[in-house]
Amino acid sequence: MNSRAFMAVLRRDLLLAMRRKSEVLTAVFFFVVVAALFPLGIGPELKTLRLVAPGVLWVGALLSSMLALQRLFEADYRDGTLEQMALSPASLPLLISGKLLAHWLVSGVPLVLLAPVLGLQFDLPADALLTLTVALLLGTPILSLVGGIGAALTLGVRGGGVLLSLLVLPLFVPVLVFGAGAVEAQTSGLGAQAHFSILMAMLLPAAFFSPFACAAALRIALE
Amino acid sequence: MLSISQLSCSRGNKPLFTDVSLNLQAGQALHLEGDNGVGKTSLLRIVCGLSPADSGEVRWHGETVQHHATAYRAALFYLGHGLSLKEELTAVENLLSDAAVAGRTLTQAQALVALARMGLRGREHLPLRVMSQGQKRRTALARLLASQAPLWVLDEPFVALDTQAVDGLRVLLAEHVAHGGMVLFTSHQPVALTRADGVAIDVQTYRLKGVS
Repeated sequence: MNSRAFMAVLRRDLLLAMRRKSEVLTAVFFFVVVAALFPLGIGPELKTLRLVAPGVLWVGALLSSMLALQRLFEADYRDGTLEQMALSPASLPLLISGKLLAHWLVSGVPLVLLAPVLGLQFDLPADALLTLTVALLLGTPILSLVGGIGAALTLGVRGGGVLLSLLVLPLFVPVLVFGAGAVEAQTSGLGAQAHFSILMAMLLPAAFFSPFACAAALRIALE
Repeated sequence: MLSISQLSCSRGNKPLFTDVSLNLQAGQALHLEGDNGVGKTSLLRIVCGLSPADSGEVRWHGETVQHHATAYRAALFYLGHGLSLKEELTAVENLLSDAAVAGRTLTQAQALVALARMGLRGREHLPLRVMSQGQKRRTALARLLASQAPLWVLDEPFVALDTQAVDGLRVLLAEHVAHGGMVLFTSHQPVALTRADGVAIDVQTYRLKGVS
């Protein structure tokens, strides 16, 4: 029963994302625009572009995932779906992990897939592009998982958007540092292995604990 | 059976109600009455375990609902003010995903039958956003037909329904009670439940009084 409920939440959220394309595309388009405007603003100096590329792409990905975060639980909270999830005999943390997975598939995976294409504008070499993609693949789920806790905590709060940014952005800093650092380490010849390990070490506890933290925060929001 | 003993609840510093005790046996319906703002919805949410009470407890078959949450939730169907329907999904998709999340088995055919019984034949595959308020509520109530839960907790189930749908819902509740189910509902109108064959079902009423 638990796995069926998990799949049902995942399928429903993906189906909703397909039907509300504009919301999904806004965040992705934001990322593309940010990554496309920077090279134009900085100028054609290839050395500078290569230097700023990882940082710009990571900040773009981070802010674009913030855009989608505010809506993570908002609609479900307003239309009563969250109540029904809380009243389901299936475990709430499991249902929430279905939502978080759907959120990452919709808002994180497109960024991972687009990053190597956008990286070309910054004249990144092939191995740096690969490193960037892997770093984003490990880092964007952390953004969804940790961001989910923030979204659950600020649910139903007036002006929750600003509070969410204040709450969550400091927690994103380590992901940004090691994610962008991985690409620099690769281009400087050190290898990105250590950075990947650290990102993985952040991802695994986040994946385990975040659904429980979200579920606890959501139960408080529903009271 | 459901037993509620000496429940009290407050919002902020203001007490809503104190010492509410109720019992609901299998095959009984209870109509919860009360003025606006007296705490009917709060009481139902406490009964469901969504909100905590200041004091008192809710027991299901003798066990407090907090301790047997999984078994209690499997036996409970709650319809609140939020209908838990997605505007972008069709009526059938809503029913199917809702049943799966609630851990119930529901086939497409059963969902279509339930919607047809609620008078939504021909509108099963319309997205909810093009439906009227009453049709949305009919879709939400079609979940009752698909539910195997013995305890139904319904907050204002008769709102926004036309007379035909109100009659249909009364029959539905009566049949559920006649088959040994329990219904706890709020309504501002007097409600008489009659089964499809015309047999009347006894409805108890409880008037919730606020703390003045």
